[in-house]
Amino acid sequence: MQKNIYEENNYNLESVKILESIGAQKALFMYQRMLEIREFEERIKLLFLEGKMPGTVHQYIGQEACAVGVCSALNEDDVIASTHRPHGHAIAKGLPMTELMAELYGKITGCCKGKGGSMHLGDMDKGMLPAIAIVGGNIPIVMGMGLAFKLRGEKRVAVSFFGDGASNEGAFHEGINMAAVYKVPAVFVCENNQYGASTNRKLVMNIENIADRASSYGMRSDIGDGMNVLDVYKRAKEALEFARNGEGPTLLEFKTFRLCGHSRRDPNNYMSVEEKDFWKKRDPIPLFENFLVKQGILDSGKITEIRKAVEDKIEEAVKFGQESPEPAAEDTYNDLYINMEVPR
Amino acid sequence: MRLGIAEALRKAIHDEMARDPSVFCIGEDIGISGGFGGAFTVTLGLEKDFRDRMIDTPISEIGIFGAACGAAIMGMRPIADVEYGDFLLCAMDQVVSQIAKMRYMSGGKLKVPVVMRAPVGVTGRGSQHAQNLEPYFLSCPGLKIVAPATAYDAVGLLRAAVRDDDPVLIFEHKLLYGSKGPRQESGAVDASSEIPEEDYIVPIGKGIIRREGKDVTIIGSLLMMHFSMQAAEILAKEGIDCEVLDPRTIWPLDTELIFSSVKKTGRVVIVEESPKQGGVGAEIGIQIAENISDYLLSPVTRVAAPNTPAPFSPVMEKFYIPQPERIAKAVREMINIV
Repeated sequence: MQKNIYEENNYNLESVKILESIGAQKALFMYQRMLEIREFEERIKLLFLEGKMPGTVHQYIGQEACAVGVCSALNEDDVIASTHRPHGHAIAKGLPMTELMAELYGKITGCCKGKGGSMHLGDMDKGMLPAIAIVGGNIPIVMGMGLAFKLRGEKRVAVSFFGDGASNEGAFHEGINMAAVYKVPAVFVCENNQYGASTNRKLVMNIENIADRASSYGMRSDIGDGMNVLDVYKRAKEALEFARNGEGPTLLEFKTFRLCGHSRRDPNNYMSVEEKDFWKKRDPIPLFENFLVKQGILDSGKITEIRKAVEDKIEEAVKFGQESPEPAAEDTYNDLYINMEVPR
Repeated sequence: MRLGIAEALRKAIHDEMARDPSVFCIGEDIGISGGFGGAFTVTLGLEKDFRDRMIDTPISEIGIFGAACGAAIMGMRPIADVEYGDFLLCAMDQVVSQIAKMRYMSGGKLKVPVVMRAPVGVTGRGSQHAQNLEPYFLSCPGLKIVAPATAYDAVGLLRAAVRDDDPVLIFEHKLLYGSKGPRQESGAVDASSEIPEEDYIVPIGKGIIRREGKDVTIIGSLLMMHFSMQAAEILAKEGIDCEVLDPRTIWPLDTELIFSSVKKTGRVVIVEESPKQGGVGAEIGIQIAENISDYLLSPVTRVAAPNTPAPFSPVMEKFYIPQPERIAKAVREMINIV
């Protein structure tokens, strides 16, 4: 773990090396993906507050570097599983924003045909399990996905995203232990955003690092800066290769922060002003943007161009979501069993 | 070849694993050399032929069913078991919120072909290793639930379950296994069958008439099917002609068969080994009442366990489980009312 993990800006010589290894094009792609998540979430917040969107939403603002850093390190046929806060993971995995927005509106054109909604975004055709909104619930499932790869001798890796809160669930203990015992090709990515809903991790855990728990399972672990997308990328890449080579899973913790409420209209009054200010300075998007400018990869003209492209995609997604047809009420009966009608 | 349920299931699982390399078993104590082959010997020795596909687990039911869920989504066909059905409750989230709902939440874009095996039955172990769990899962859309009462059905339903693309939960009865050696059960009932050589399945969703009769339909699964048959024999000597219907599948219910039998007899007694409150009998009974009440000559009657946990004392336990004589008494009372 880096000593300066909570420093304001962790972009340094190491970041320059990572940038050189991935190249400018990939870096710009990662920058754009982070912006897409941010702008998608900002737009949804407005639509939700205006009462134009049904259901509830758990937003990913502030954590973009985690999803984008990890997903940029995946192979095409690797799979991921997310949580009740899945918008960022879905965009990072390449699910079209049009289908995601339609799903949030409960439309038939959504990635789950309107049956999933915000908390279950996903599409296995694109390598993302419908998000598991039970805290910790995806950890044993991802272990099982890795087990399937291992039994068939495939060089694929399954990745679980979860939060600090999930590491206190029984499912974490059982899933992580079995993953370690069977050495399944999996990476368990804990996005430690400091809060389980309104509860600070320090109130419910006596340890500073969730990754420390890995030692009690005999599992490899690593800790990275979840506000530095290049640091996330590098550590994810190492964990993925470790798994792919048959050496076993990793518990990979990223220190991050939710720069928004837990859900709906949460004003997060349980966070101090100082804490919010501290993390606001570590917003992963301006940090990465400034770094890329300093490295001569971005300039104001290019930034404007990328932002415009992102805005256009969001506009298209909102339009698609709003104008897509509703499912028929009777579609409720579809998609449960494969070879059987639902008994009525 | 005449086999008991444990031996028959062992052979059926072996054959399915030999037929399809995506089939594997996962559970506690299932493939340990020198061990039990699961709590009731069903998987005894399978590790000799399929070491890599007999996954022995820690005592981690959330992990077992999570693993089965994830592996099934990725194209495998896991057979996940618990040593006692009661332990399914430890894995309730994985079974109910993950395995059963995943396909639906995905909009039908994936499948979860998991087979879950769980021994049930009130069998001298007190409250936590001896309950019938069918009612807990009957209210869970997305699962198919089967309950074989004979070795023939155990083989046919196991094959059907493994080959089905939806999750199937198999309830097996501890007193019907015919487990041998140190794992023999006291009070066991013979459920052995002649198992044909050919590859057959018992379709999920199809019940069977075990005994034809004209006066009353008795509906019972697992051990209660056998006790209902015994009750029918007692009653036959008294001139009461009972039809005994074994649903074999708890969900989806074979309502066609149930309705046709009850329409014929006009009377129905539903027998269950679990408490009467919120039970399988309540579901079957209300389906009859909603759909064919005009045919009923008497009110639908349930014979069930008391609305308590299972007690340990053999005296209380015998009182708890519907015995053949208690079933016969309910039938007599019903006939006398008319």
